[in-house]
Amino acid sequence: MNLTNLSRRTVLSWFAYLGALSVIPSQLFAAWPKDAFNSEAVNDAISELYGQAPQDSDRVKLKVPEIAENGAVVPVTVSTAIEDVESISVYVEGNPNPLAATFELTPYAVASVATRIKMGETSNVVAAVYANGNVYTATQEVKVTIGGCGG
Amino acid sequence: MAIKGKAKMRGDVVQVKVLMKHIMETGLRVDATTGEKVPAYHITEATCYWNGEEVFRTNLGPAVSKNPYLSFKIKGPQVGDTLNFTSIDSKGETDSGDFIVK
Repeated sequence: MNLTNLSRRTVLSWFAYLGALSVIPSQLFAAWPKDAFNSEAVNDAISELYGQAPQDSDRVKLKVPEIAENGAVVPVTVSTAIEDVESISVYVEGNPNPLAATFELTPYAVASVATRIKMGETSNVVAAVYANGNVYTATQEVKVTIGGCGG
Repeated sequence: MAIKGKAKMRGDVVQVKVLMKHIMETGLRVDATTGEKVPAYHITEATCYWNGEEVFRTNLGPAVSKNPYLSFKIKGPQVGDTLNFTSIDSKGETDSGDFIVK
């Protein structure tokens, strides 16, 4: 029996397996998720980030103003009582690239974040929470009187 | 140029508020004099460390407002502890700031 050949084949198959494993959602990498930021639709960006389709959840609390006088500075707060949250992300449906920011939570972090984003026009803002392999979202419309893009 | 921020103990949770200084250019704005688009230039990543361990990280896109504001909460650090906050932008420029938990 040619054990050398057999083991080489086995080893090669392991490498093939490892190659298949490397196709995992980009959020597991530390690098900036370029494909998600370049996505042109909210759900595309969500599946780029988490490899999952989202489901609406009233446990995701999204706080945005109903009317933003200045689209260049729209305050956004996202919090949730969902446990073991790994990531939170914020999207603006009407922006050319909807993903605005992602927040990667360690076990030290509490699932409550706030930032300020730009909105080009009146549109829905979406908050996504990734926990236990599921993506939960909340959506709310913000009316913009002066756009934050172009200029 | 240091990043400004505050870390305040509220019960057993530390509330961290950070204000970074950056133009956050979207890449969509047209320069009025040249008629050309101003290339995107923005902070891409910011990380908060406690005792050298990552406690919070954010990826920012160009749709985050100019001079990004960030607020988050962490459990673990105590009053008097130092949090190290660092950022890097799309040109690889870094910035940082230390906040003492009060």
